[in-house]
Amino acid sequence: MSEYTPVPAIELRGITKRFGSVTANKNVDLTAYRGEILSILGENGSGKTTLMNMISGIYFPDEGEIFIDGEPAVISSPKDAFDYKIGMIHQHFKLVDVFSATENIVLGLNEGGKYDLKTANAQVQEICERYGFDIDPTKKIYTMSVSEKQTVEIIKVLYRGADILILDEPTAVLTPQETQKLFTILRRMRDDGKAIIIITHKLHEVLSLSDRVSVLRKGEYVGTVNTAETTESELTEMMVGQKIELNIDRSDPQDPVDRLVVKDITCVNRQGVRVLDDVTFTARSGEILGIAGIAGSGQRELLEAIAGLQHLTEGDIYYHDPKTGEVEDLRNKTPLQIRELGVRLSFVPEDRLGMGLVGNMDIIDNMMLRSYRKGHSAFLQRKAPRDLADKIIDDLQVVTPSAHTPVRRLSGGNVRKVLVGREIAAAPTVLMAAYPVRGLDINSSYTIYNLLNQQKQNGVAVIFVGEDLDVLLELCDRILVIGSGKITGLVDARTTTKEEIGLLMTKSDVSGGEPNE
Amino acid sequence: MSEKVVKKHHREPLIHITKRESMAWWKAWSIRGVAILLALAVAGVIIMLVSDLNPVDVYVAMAGGNFNLEDPSQTRMMWVTFQKVAILLCISLAVTPAFKMKFWNCGAEGQTLMGCVAAATFMIYCGDSMQPALLFPLMLLVSMLAGALWGVIPAVFKAYYNTNETLFTLMMNYIAISLVAFLEIVWESPKNSAKVGVINLFTKGGWLPEINGNRYLPVIVTVLLVCILIFIYLKYSKQGYEISVVGESQNTARYVGINVKKVIIRTMAVSGAICGLAGMLLTSGINHTIYPDAVEGQGFTAILVSWLASFNPIAMIFAAFLIIFLQRGAGAIATNFGLDDSLADIVTGIILFFIIGCEFFIRYKINFRHSKKGGVD
Repeated sequence: MSEYTPVPAIELRGITKRFGSVTANKNVDLTAYRGEILSILGENGSGKTTLMNMISGIYFPDEGEIFIDGEPAVISSPKDAFDYKIGMIHQHFKLVDVFSATENIVLGLNEGGKYDLKTANAQVQEICERYGFDIDPTKKIYTMSVSEKQTVEIIKVLYRGADILILDEPTAVLTPQETQKLFTILRRMRDDGKAIIIITHKLHEVLSLSDRVSVLRKGEYVGTVNTAETTESELTEMMVGQKIELNIDRSDPQDPVDRLVVKDITCVNRQGVRVLDDVTFTARSGEILGIAGIAGSGQRELLEAIAGLQHLTEGDIYYHDPKTGEVEDLRNKTPLQIRELGVRLSFVPEDRLGMGLVGNMDIIDNMMLRSYRKGHSAFLQRKAPRDLADKIIDDLQVVTPSAHTPVRRLSGGNVRKVLVGREIAAAPTVLMAAYPVRGLDINSSYTIYNLLNQQKQNGVAVIFVGEDLDVLLELCDRILVIGSGKITGLVDARTTTKEEIGLLMTKSDVSGGEPNE
Repeated sequence: MSEKVVKKHHREPLIHITKRESMAWWKAWSIRGVAILLALAVAGVIIMLVSDLNPVDVYVAMAGGNFNLEDPSQTRMMWVTFQKVAILLCISLAVTPAFKMKFWNCGAEGQTLMGCVAAATFMIYCGDSMQPALLFPLMLLVSMLAGALWGVIPAVFKAYYNTNETLFTLMMNYIAISLVAFLEIVWESPKNSAKVGVINLFTKGGWLPEINGNRYLPVIVTVLLVCILIFIYLKYSKQGYEISVVGESQNTARYVGINVKKVIIRTMAVSGAICGLAGMLLTSGINHTIYPDAVEGQGFTAILVSWLASFNPIAMIFAAFLIIFLQRGAGAIATNFGLDDSLADIVTGIILFFIIGCEFFIRYKINFRHSKKGGVD
């Protein structure tokens, strides 16, 4: 246990950062002490990551001062940050796949003497034992799970002597069980006298883990509260700026019929990996089918396979046409062929600018993507898309200078609204949405949930790939759990628990073929 | 636990560069204007340093290489300038659809030359025997087909085997050049001259008709027409829209059901066909002969023009004019002052450097240390 020091490990005063006309951080104050866990809470786009990037030397503040241990500090590169013993664990890992854990940890360290892997391994082992990390230092990165890779990233900054640790949304890629394990380790590091800053937008994590919470809203510092003295609704209010009701109104499915029957589909990627392995399920009309799983377990491939964007090596996809009652096989048809069959399939892909939208085109031209073929004229009709763009901007409160702004200039949340709005406007009978609320603020997220619910009530078969288990449990009717390309379970969202889904998410790792150790 | 941090001398960086959101058009154009003035000033200093010439004389000579300044009633030189702008513009317009698709067509030289070959073939074999009403449409069609063929071959390989289009189109140029070198021997006239010579010198068979005795005007008018058509094609047609989508993201294109292979091949056919048209205008309208260097490297210069105009067909008119002005002006410097091409190349280089370099200041802002507002305009 370290003694309480009144001098903060790190203190920010009046930090401002602008990108062009956008102010990402405005006059932010922040203090973090040794021996505590500080949460930075804020909605997407509130400037949390920008702020942390200034502490870790990636950006340089336009205004304001940073103090380390009470002394003014100038951090103009990640190397400076290391000199001040600041270590950041990014959302996206920066590891060399073919190297072992230790090799990645010592990589780039400019130490004298000869390259001694044995000593390094021993040192890594020592750090592991001290904080309770469970990892083999000689294991290669490419054989590791996401949570193990994260562990390596954490050890990497500890090895470099960091005693101010910043973690950017560390739980986004973890199962509930892995999250608990991480929290135990973080608490142990806190007790060892380190200052830990964790960026998150999940309220229950804030409440269960941190000692104090600092809240940012739209780039501005709102305030800091002691976790023990606050509640979920107070924090939400600080974060959003107004009192809001966070309820999803789930109705019972109205006479569901089979709409999309996926049968034994298998999909092999270029590396020869079975990204989808014998997947079978049925999506019914008037129902929201949730898909849960660790990121990268085959969710993307599954939706793309249905949309005609993945080649199937085996299996069939049957579409039951609600108008004619006919059954169409969509197996290995192109997206255009699928549409020509009269299948009204809407798809909100995960990679919104890489697939759903064209970044350099304005909102109007992006509205046209689905509909530009209409009519026999060789020329484009921009009237209808313009009206649709205006309607979506109004209905979903898209923040944009005009409908002529390239979507690349919009914030992540607004981009997603444009995409979801367009896909719903196509009056689908099947609506597939992959992470449709990623990057959205709380209000917009609930707008999207309500839209999905409306679609369900209109008899649309909705397939919803989500990452927040709490939302999946509240929104969906049934939840399909996918692990390593296999269906590991199908549960009733009204009766299941987070723990049950968490276990199903990792099930194929345990039972499936290769041992993990 | 808390050891003292190793103190190092950290300073705020002297400059840092940020991206601008956008800039008022008049501001952007005044930056470009200042850039040209700066270029002339810097080039002037260098001219004085490396030669004993007066920079003003040099610039007058450059203008004199494009327009007859002594006797403005003599318009021939001006028409040649405009005709050269037209041919360069035509090829620049040709490569633009491909570039918007992010297909780096470096084969405009060869595609244009194939148009020349097709036109020359018609002039030699049908020029005197076929009715002009049939000859010219047919010549136009076949020239465009020849250019299109040269463009489609690399496109097919790109679409189906994902070959590198830059290398492929480049190599196609050399095939076209060698083909013309071979045809020079076949069509040699007079014998043993190793040249094709002026085709149908006396009958003018297959020569593009003149307007008011001006043989440059038909070429210029045709190219302006092409310019407007390409502008409309890219901005308002469904095919133009597909080109933009494929260029931005093939995944998005596949997602909305665009047949990416088809768009690649179709766009390169269009690109090649317009090159073919430029070749026909060149051979049947201007040169009336063919030789391996007939396109004079404009197939490559067109890449610069297209980029300089940010793929905007209307802006390309000005970009093409700028380049031709510099090229012809450079030639005039060399002949007027009895120099080799080096000084002219230096002047052209400096002017281009400033014009392209000023785009950096239009897109980015430079902040100096401790400056509150910052920015260099």
